[in-house]
Amino acid sequence: MQYMLVYRQPGEEFNKAADPAQAANYFGAWKAYMGAMAQAGIMVNGHGLQPPQSGTIVQIRNGKRHIQDGPFADTKEHLGGYVVIDVPALDDALEWAARAPSTSIGSTEVRPVLPAPPAA
Amino acid sequence: MSLPDAATAAAAEAAARQSYGRLLAYLAYRWRDIAAAEDALAEAFASALENWPRTGVPRSPDAWLMTAARRNLLQMARHNRVVDDPAATILLPDEYTPAPDTTGPPFPDDRLKLLFVCAHPAIDPAVRTPLMLQTVLGLDAQRIASAFLVSPGAMAQRLVRAKTKITQTGIRFEEPEASELPGRTQAVLEAIYAAYTLGSDGAPAPDSAATELTDEAIYLADLAASLLPEQAEAAGLLALLLLCEARRGARFDADGAFVPLHAQDAARWNKPLIQRADQILWMAAARHTPGPFQLEAAIQAAHCHRAFTGAAVPWAGIAQLYGQLVALSPTVGAMVSHAVAVGEAASAREGLALLDALAARVGRPPLESYQPWWVARAYLLARAGSATELTDARACYTRAIGLTSLPAVRSHLQKQMSMLQNK
Repeated sequence: MQYMLVYRQPGEEFNKAADPAQAANYFGAWKAYMGAMAQAGIMVNGHGLQPPQSGTIVQIRNGKRHIQDGPFADTKEHLGGYVVIDVPALDDALEWAARAPSTSIGSTEVRPVLPAPPAA
Repeated sequence: MSLPDAATAAAAEAAARQSYGRLLAYLAYRWRDIAAAEDALAEAFASALENWPRTGVPRSPDAWLMTAARRNLLQMARHNRVVDDPAATILLPDEYTPAPDTTGPPFPDDRLKLLFVCAHPAIDPAVRTPLMLQTVLGLDAQRIASAFLVSPGAMAQRLVRAKTKITQTGIRFEEPEASELPGRTQAVLEAIYAAYTLGSDGAPAPDSAATELTDEAIYLADLAASLLPEQAEAAGLLALLLLCEARRGARFDADGAFVPLHAQDAARWNKPLIQRADQILWMAAARHTPGPFQLEAAIQAAHCHRAFTGAAVPWAGIAQLYGQLVALSPTVGAMVSHAVAVGEAASAREGLALLDALAARVGRPPLESYQPWWVARAYLLARAGSATELTDARACYTRAIGLTSLPAVRSHLQKQMSMLQNK
């Protein structure tokens, strides 16, 4: 079964990527985690994302467009990336979620992927 | 409905903490239906919280709760029109009437029967520990699920299915025949041990285990040992958990960094606890019925002795004990630990050979995500020290880091890996 793992963490965590003293461990931990999933043969796809400030939010309400640079001000945890994995059951997906570096400071959401709609 | 006052809440909580398991075991044994007994008992606790503020806390809260729960079960039976069911009549008050001023436990302890039911061969091994935690200790499904890294909804479903199975297939609430006792006891002990290790990072010697359910596991191990005084393995499990518990305070330093066993400051270990465990193990040995838990306890006792002797870790003896353990109970965890012990006692390359033999034996797929195998391999390759082995060690550390969920352990492994660069 396919599950998406969505990684969220507090804003300060993203600063580690830019800090020379912490960058090696930060990226090393994520690379090791992604590598372990790849080696386990479960990785379908995934991406890390540029930091939250680099995002742009688009909304349309009553015909009016609203564009905002960066995340909503009241968001505590920001999206850092996602993977889609193929594992036998939810329990396995939860185990992999627990291993993500961000899980011990942020949160990881595990969602079953909708099956592809039948061909028309 | 008014809120219970402080005295009521305290009395109810104390009764729950001390007596929930005994109350449930007694009811479940006689009613042959764990789920119904749980519901009846929950209602009894709710009505205690409602009534005791008015009537005062009874002299024997346990007897009060028992009477209320039995009444609930009988009401349920009438509602379901099963009044003619012999089980219902057995539960009628004539079986015993506790004297109104009894303060001690007013009914027999049937928890051993409950433990054996939870670990019955027909019960899925994955649900035995959760079932024990819920019935003997009264833990809720959400807490159990979180500790085991399982969806709470799924855990609740599995528990309901297990209890239904017990009722429908008529699994008997009784202690096994003498000939079956050692095997059935082993299943109970394994389920209790699983509560201590929680399978977190799969580490066999719980140096990196989560501490969520350790108190509960020790309580159950103590209970099992006291209810099964003839079973040396029950004593072995208790000794094992006490020895691991004795070292728990030294696993992290003042900054929260992880400290591996060989580097721990023995002065921070709980010496009275080690001595108590040693005594338990010594008395168990007198029964001359060795087993895997006694062996594991003996290994941990050997690790702990430097607290008293100041001597180096007796790796040769430990390697030998692991050899006996894997012959008796060849789990992957024990085989990894054996390899490390041989690596320390003999040579790193001999240890590595054992890790490779393990991989050949169980195949690579189960090991791909088994963190301790990669940690052991990285450690021994680093000790072996040739250029190719160091490169391989780096790859193994990387994999181990990717498989670790505790941040303190992850940092420790990253540090070990960075120290390789300087070789």
